[in-house]
Order: sequence, then structure tokens, then C-alpha cells
Amino acid sequence: MAGKTLYDKLWDSHLVQQRDDGSALIYIDLQLLHEVTSPQAFEGLRMHGRKPWRLTSSLATPDHNVPTTVEERKSGVNGIADPVSKIQVTTLDDNCDEFGITEFKMTDIRQGIVHVVGPEQGATLPGMTVVCGDSHTSTHGAFGALAHGIGTSEVEHVLATQCLVQKKMKNMLVRVDGQLSPYVTAKDVVLAIIGKIGTAGGTGFAIEFGGEAIQSLSMEGRMTVCNMAIEAGARVGLIAVDQTTIDYVANRPYAPKGDHWNMAVEAWSDLVSDADAQFDEVVVLNGADIKPQVTWGTSPEMVIAIDQDIPRPEDQTDPVTREGYARAWKYMGLEGKKTLADITLDRVFIGSCTNSRIEDLRAAAEVVKGRKVASTLKQAIVVPGSGLVKAQAEEEGLDKIFTEAGLEWREPGCSMCLAMNADKLGQGEHCASTSNRNFEGRQGFGGRTHLVSPAMAAAAAIAGHFVDVNELVKQ
Amino acid sequence: MRPFTKHTGIAAPLDLANVDTDMIIPKQFLKSIKRTGFGKNLFDELRYEDEGQPDQECTGRPLRKDFVLNQDRYQDSSILLARKNFGCGSSREHAPWALDDYGFRSVIAPSFADIFYNNCFKNGLLPIVLTEEEVDQLFKEVAANEGYELTIDLEAQKVISPSGAEFSFEVDAFRKHCLLNGLDDIGLTLQESDAINAYEEQRMKTAPWLFEARSL
Repeated sequence: MAGKTLYDKLWDSHLVQQRDDGSALIYIDLQLLHEVTSPQAFEGLRMHGRKPWRLTSSLATPDHNVPTTVEERKSGVNGIADPVSKIQVTTLDDNCDEFGITEFKMTDIRQGIVHVVGPEQGATLPGMTVVCGDSHTSTHGAFGALAHGIGTSEVEHVLATQCLVQKKMKNMLVRVDGQLSPYVTAKDVVLAIIGKIGTAGGTGFAIEFGGEAIQSLSMEGRMTVCNMAIEAGARVGLIAVDQTTIDYVANRPYAPKGDHWNMAVEAWSDLVSDADAQFDEVVVLNGADIKPQVTWGTSPEMVIAIDQDIPRPEDQTDPVTREGYARAWKYMGLEGKKTLADITLDRVFIGSCTNSRIEDLRAAAEVVKGRKVASTLKQAIVVPGSGLVKAQAEEEGLDKIFTEAGLEWREPGCSMCLAMNADKLGQGEHCASTSNRNFEGRQGFGGRTHLVSPAMAAAAAIAGHFVDVNELVKQ
Repeated sequence: MRPFTKHTGIAAPLDLANVDTDMIIPKQFLKSIKRTGFGKNLFDELRYEDEGQPDQECTGRPLRKDFVLNQDRYQDSSILLARKNFGCGSSREHAPWALDDYGFRSVIAPSFADIFYNNCFKNGLLPIVLTEEEVDQLFKEVAANEGYELTIDLEAQKVISPSGAEFSFEVDAFRKHCLLNGLDDIGLTLQESDAINAYEEQRMKTAPWLFEARSL
């Protein structure tokens, strides 16, 4: 019999009940909650007179709606200017208080983007099942945890039953061999993967990322890769547990301690795919071939290396692709442009659950240090992923580097990644963004998003247009 | 949940691949704490020329005339015809809520994003996967015939065109059962409480650290 993949092992260890039709009841260890996708779930519990099954399995924090300016944040929830956003954040506070769920409220230094906070606190642990009403829950797969986004009905289902009705996915291995070139980061790797397999390439699969280039990444980098598995269509992204994982988790506030720690570490050593495990599909990339990536269109798969020409609709043979490219060209205002450097940028956003951890901020700071943001830019903002990331960055003096270079240093939240708060693009504005989606209107009505790594966003902020960060740092 | 058994309605063709959930319902409308009222903002940026705001009255807003749902012939449509990878992007259940609230009962496409597909079943909305060729044929027939209606028979797992042509589709037995009967699946899962308790008991022995109280 063939060995098991990491996904198979996680599935098997959480199987409560297998049903005849192929569906199964799967146990959920951790549910992260935020203000946008939880209110209707709590309302559902109330309507049916139900209680959460196990309180210690939930952790909440507001992130999508929260303002990020220092001024607005001073008075917590009362400082939210938008009344609709304020109601939503207040509703989360009220629901957590009513049901007894631990919440890091707006004024708590531990508040931040759920996918930054969970790992940072050690609430996310290897071998867990983790869910959240947010598609970027795949992030937590970086810890060898089975993690995926769910809808609000399922948020309610997990609150009430600690389980989900699931069907097993297929296994895909994406292997990135060799070493990465200088200034080629986890973000470039995952964008290159999406460029190769497409935004639906991983639909129906749990993707395990492996190979030397992946193993060499820090936990922050691994989280960036797994975060964007969903942008390749896969709800689940996974990376095997190794010493890097264990070292990151050790001594985090929620991580096990003493005997339980030793017991856990021993159990976690099995969280790798067996050598003879069979994958339904295997995709291989060569790490050395990957260059800094930039998206040019309105889907994460519309991505090219910094030195490539923007692909033209008329060169596409498939009619649906041609139509999609033509629509993207129009929306992105690319007529008359040939390369990425021809696009004049209006704003730069460094942040989001993809790239707002300390390593991301260090990478961006290194590039802007001693330089100035281009005068043509309207705005460049840096939004740390959590209050603790912010504090760490300030301790290292990164905030000063950013502000001296002309970037704004903000309070933690999802911010301009999806523009539910005041941070957004104006119509027709181009933005170099370290976030995860370049969909039409994602960062603001008519806004034009280009996804890049933190180092590439920093370089773009200095140049005022896209440039290979390797070239910029030589100057 | 409202059951879905058999439905006949006008099909509206949305000729776009990779329709994402930001397109289906833009983020500013996600601030609502309700499940209803999203229909008027379904496809807001494709449908209106201006930027929509939450709680805004939509009747006087300028329409994008070329958008399919703004055309007279598709006014009463209840079946959406779309291209591959429909519903990609975020996990927002507001997307199926908006489709349902607008009046759609089913979406037919060659493929769907996983989370969206799953969310539909929780809301009495039936996502149907047909082959690229079949979907393409339906697009052509819709374009050629005003008032083109499709019948969807969930029990028989068939889409039936006006000419009587039948297209079979797959659906998981459990999902089909819940949809046909309008069942609340939380209630069903709670009937398995003993199995969940037994799992927890065994898991507490092998992985006790997962059950430590969070006392911070």
C-alpha cells in the first residue's frame, strides 16, 4: 500500500464519521473569527437557541473594517468614523462577550489580521484543523495544519458542532527545486506558481508545497505561499513540519508547554508526506528560474516576470482567454503600454495577510532605507499585520526608516487589501500592492491593483514605477 | 432552508470566465450584519455606472446598458449561465446570498470555485456543472431565443432545454438530499453528538495540548 500524504494524515486524524456517499464529518480544532463573516452565524445560533460546542477552540479579532490611522484608533471602536463599519465591529465585540469567546479587541496590542494573529500567538499549531470565514485561512497550512476558508453557514456549523461536513480533496504536490535568486521571495514563488497552473489549477485539490526552495523559506515566507493557495483555486495549502516550524511555535503564548510540548513535538514529527505517498498531480518549478513577479491584469494568474512584456489579447489563441485579456487591458488602462515600467503608479500598499509580518516589513525597509518615495506617488502606506508586529518593527526602528523615506506608518488591519475601511484606491489609480487579489474594484471602485512582493513594492515606491529591485538596490 | 426540487425559469447569459466574488458582491456591502437585502447590489460594479454605497436606494442609479441583467429580455431571469471558475476569490457567503436575494435559483457553469460551490448549497441555490461544450451550446441557444427558459430537475439531475434536450449533471447524494428537503445541516450533525463526543474523548488522550484552556 502506498504511503500517506500529509493531507491524508491530517484528514484521517480528524475523521469523526465517514459517510456512504463520500462525505465525512471532520473535527475542527481552531476557528478564527472576525467581524465580517461572523455576525449572521452568531445570529443563527441565537435563533436556534444553540451554544458554541467548545469555547476554547475559538479566537476572534476585528480586522477587515478597522481604520488604520493613529488618530482614529486612539479611542478604539468609538473612533471608527464609518457608522456601518462601527456596527459590525461592535457586533463582534457583543457576540464574543455574550457567548464567552476570547477576542482581541481593537485596543488590545494582540489585535491584528486573523491570519497573522493565530500563528503569532501559537493558537495555530501543527497537526490542527483550522477554519475561518475567510478564504486566506489556507495561510495556516504553513504549519502542517489542515486549514481552509469557509462560508458563514459553516462558521455557524463549526460553532455549534465543532465539525464540518467535508468531502476529501485530491492531493497535489507543487515542488520548487533549487535555490531562489537574490530578492526573489516567497511572494514571487507563489505568483509564479499561480501563473503556471492558473487560478483554477488547484480547484478540488489540497496543495502541498515542497522542494528545496520551499524548505529554505522562513515561517513568514511559508505563510505567504500557503496564503495564496486559494488564488490557485486550492482551499488548502500545506507545508511539511520541520525544525523551522517547531522553532517558530516554541514559547508562543498559546503553544503547549512542559510535558505537553514534548509530547506535541514528537507527534508533529510525523507531519510530513511519506516517501512513497502518491499525489494525484505533481507540478515542478525550478527556483532559480523565478524572477520578481508583477501582475498586469485583473486575476492573479495574469502575472509576468518584471523583465517580460505585457501579453496582448490579440496574441491569445483561446477565445475565452482573449476576451478575458481584452477586458483586463481595458480595465487596467494598458493601451499604448508595452512593459510594466511604462505604468505610472499612484499608490503603494505594503500589508495584508499575505505580506505584513515582520520579515516582510524588514524586506521593504531594507530597500527604502536612505531613499525617498517618488514625488509622483500620491501615497505609500505600510500597514503591519498586528499590534505585536507593529511593536517589533518599531523596536527595530523600521517605522523611522519608512517615515523618513516618505511612507506612512499605520495601525494594524486588513486595510487597502480589500478597502473595507477608508484606505482605498481612487478610480483609475494604479497601485503596487503586496496583497493577494487584483480583481476589478478589489482595492476601490475602478482601482488598478498590481500584486508584488514587499521588496518589489518598496522599489516601486522609490522609482514611481515597477523596476527590478535588484537594479534599484545597485543605484 | 428553502428546498429545491424542480425549477423552470429564464436563463441569463453572463459571458465571462473567472467571475470572482468581488464582482458578485463588492466589499462595501459586506458590512451588513444581515443575510438579506444584497440582491439590489448583486454585480454592483458591472450593473451600475456609479460606485454603490451600503444602504443606498438603487432605483435611480445609472445603469450600464450593456450588462446582461439590465436588458429587458432577462428581467425575470432566475437561472444564471456563466463560464468557467465562477465564484473564485473570497469565502464571502454574501455572494450566494446576493444571487438568491436577486431571484436566482441556480447557476450553470463549466466549473466553480470550491468555497462558492459549497456555500450555494447552504442557501438553496443549486450550482450545476455542465461540460464546456454543453454550456457553450446553452449560451448560443439563449442568445438566439428571447424568453429562453430552462427546467432544472434536481431529483432526476437534469437540465432540460425548451427543445426537450436533456443535460445530466452530478451532485453529491448528501447535498442533494439536504437541498431537496430543505434540511438544516447543523441539526443533522447534532444528531451525531455521540460520535463527536467519542472523537473528542479519544483525541484528548493522544493530543491533550489541543484541549488546554486558553487562559490569557
